[in-house]
Amino acid sequence: MTAILQIIFDALSLGSLYALGALGIALIFGVMRLVNFAHGDYISFCVFAMLWPSIDAAAVVFAGNLPTFILIPLILAIGAGLSVVSEVLVFRRFRNANPATMMIASFALGFVIKHFLLMLFSSRPKSIDLWSNLSLPVEIAGARIPLLQVITIIITIVILLALTAFLKRTRYGLEMRAAAENFTMARMLGVRANRVIMLAFAISGMLAAAIGLILATQSGTADIQMGVSVMLVAFIATVIGGLGSLPGAVIAGLLIGGASVLMQVILPLDARPFRDAFVYGAVIACLLWRPQGLFAPKSTKQRV
Amino acid sequence: MAQRSSLLARTISTPIILIAILLAIAVLAKLVGSGPFSRTIVEMFIRIMLVAGLYIFVGNSGVISFGHMGFMCIGAYAAAWFTIPPMMKTVSLPGLPSFLINAHLPIFVSAALAGLMAAIFAAIVGRIMMRLSGIAASIATFAMLAVINTVYSNWDSVTGGTGSIVGIPFYTGIWTAFSGAVLVVIIAYAYQISRSGLALRAGRDEATAAAASGIDIVRERLIAFVISAFTIGVAGALYGHFLGVVNPDAFYLGVTFITLSMLVVGGMSSLSGAVIGVIVISTIIQLLRWLEKGIDLGSTTLAIPNGLQEITIGLVMIVILMFRPSGLTRNREFVWRYWPFGKKTSANGVAVSKGRA
Repeated sequence: MTAILQIIFDALSLGSLYALGALGIALIFGVMRLVNFAHGDYISFCVFAMLWPSIDAAAVVFAGNLPTFILIPLILAIGAGLSVVSEVLVFRRFRNANPATMMIASFALGFVIKHFLLMLFSSRPKSIDLWSNLSLPVEIAGARIPLLQVITIIITIVILLALTAFLKRTRYGLEMRAAAENFTMARMLGVRANRVIMLAFAISGMLAAAIGLILATQSGTADIQMGVSVMLVAFIATVIGGLGSLPGAVIAGLLIGGASVLMQVILPLDARPFRDAFVYGAVIACLLWRPQGLFAPKSTKQRV
Repeated sequence: MAQRSSLLARTISTPIILIAILLAIAVLAKLVGSGPFSRTIVEMFIRIMLVAGLYIFVGNSGVISFGHMGFMCIGAYAAAWFTIPPMMKTVSLPGLPSFLINAHLPIFVSAALAGLMAAIFAAIVGRIMMRLSGIAASIATFAMLAVINTVYSNWDSVTGGTGSIVGIPFYTGIWTAFSGAVLVVIIAYAYQISRSGLALRAGRDEATAAAASGIDIVRERLIAFVISAFTIGVAGALYGHFLGVVNPDAFYLGVTFITLSMLVVGGMSSLSGAVIGVIVISTIIQLLRWLEKGIDLGSTTLAIPNGLQEITIGLVMIVILMFRPSGLTRNREFVWRYWPFGKKTSANGVAVSKGRA
């Protein structure tokens, strides 16, 4: 029983990370059909922002020494800021470009961000001491669960609730949903394109920052590569969930996280190193089963 | 009545021009003769093989594939299995079946077999995956790449795991790489003017109309997928013989994105775009590398800080795409408009441009 509880928490906390990432990608895809490959580098950027200006291996966390109630908003603001700046400087010029061009542009932007970080901080992973007492386990129904996992799950739930409230209850949320449904039509009805898109980028950047904070606390290190792996899975989750569908992205993120944890447990020992191969195999099977995604929004259905 | 000239006659100048450009580069490299420079050129020719091979599928079908570098992985490892001396294999790769351990094939046979292996794998996987289109297909190809990478990184007794396999004979020089690039350009060109290639392009531009005209898009896609897998498999084999070492991470995200970027920057739907994209980006990278090393200007050395090279190349790509969203060649092919034999090719003398302009 306790083992099962442990697995459930592992799955939920990993899935939460993927879900937050997938949400960030799906939001932007919804409003401008952009698959943002720079998202993973936003995550890394936010993590490294906590180190700046120190470049030592065992970094004295500069921003990290700030009290929590300042640090968290600051990092979120950095994520949002980076994301909005990249929209204004880069993606705005690609509004009418075809998806492949946008995708490569976003990849190139991510490349620039990544190498900018590399130039400043070099490729050696740095240790970050951020709320390390959170990794202490707590006892829940007999199972010892790291407190951080619980917090990750709670944070994710809170973010999801807040975002849902925002999307369903506020005017901006309404505009954003309208834009995701049919961008041209929404504009004709008075939704300001730039505002909605910038808002989407800001929220997506904040989500990236949140992932960065969780990852940094979890691993205790800052590594240039840390964002990319989350981003790739998140990207897959967005597609499996049905591109443009926000609930779909979240559920698919949780599913992939759950599948990875579950396979780690149930696969025979010899096959465990190949776990990712099984997960990705399941991804292919899932795509073949439902090419439009599990929760494809009606607007993306092909009318032929 | 206007005489209809064949597609071949109208567009044959494209591969000839491209091959002439490649030849000029190869000759230049031979004339310069310095070791590092020729290595750069060899690498560029291999990239041309990769990108032109990628183009066979991506350009003609319009489906972005993230998975093709998996075929490069398969090709390179196959070349390693076929050509490393049996003595070394019994030690480093004990899990290989005995016929592979004893195999010691000539390089060209092994390269062809490597391509064939990639093609067979593509035929099996593609048979399942080519039903997908659009972004779902892209993700499926990415998942395929991840599966290949995971298997090759962890199947220690057969692939050496994440470590490198050494002992692949060095073979690929300028002329081998040049011939490889020419071969792929010819295959890509032949495919794109073939019946299947034209059908696939029709399906890319207007899927419904093409299907209504009796084109089986899934089948044509599969053909393109297999052919491009073959060329990329061969490219992978040559790459193995160029480096002498293979390891799975050389065939993962890095090379996937750089080849895709080259293709899109050059112009995704034209063969000329594929080739030019590689040449332009490789040239810029090389120039920046030289700058990074520093140029002697009399007493002072002018050098850009380390790491600026990658940042610049990223920015250059963004700027190119901003001003040329459909790539440097605007998805058109190079054609010789003034054909020496005086036959006006189409109504206005401008030969066909086959991309979506």
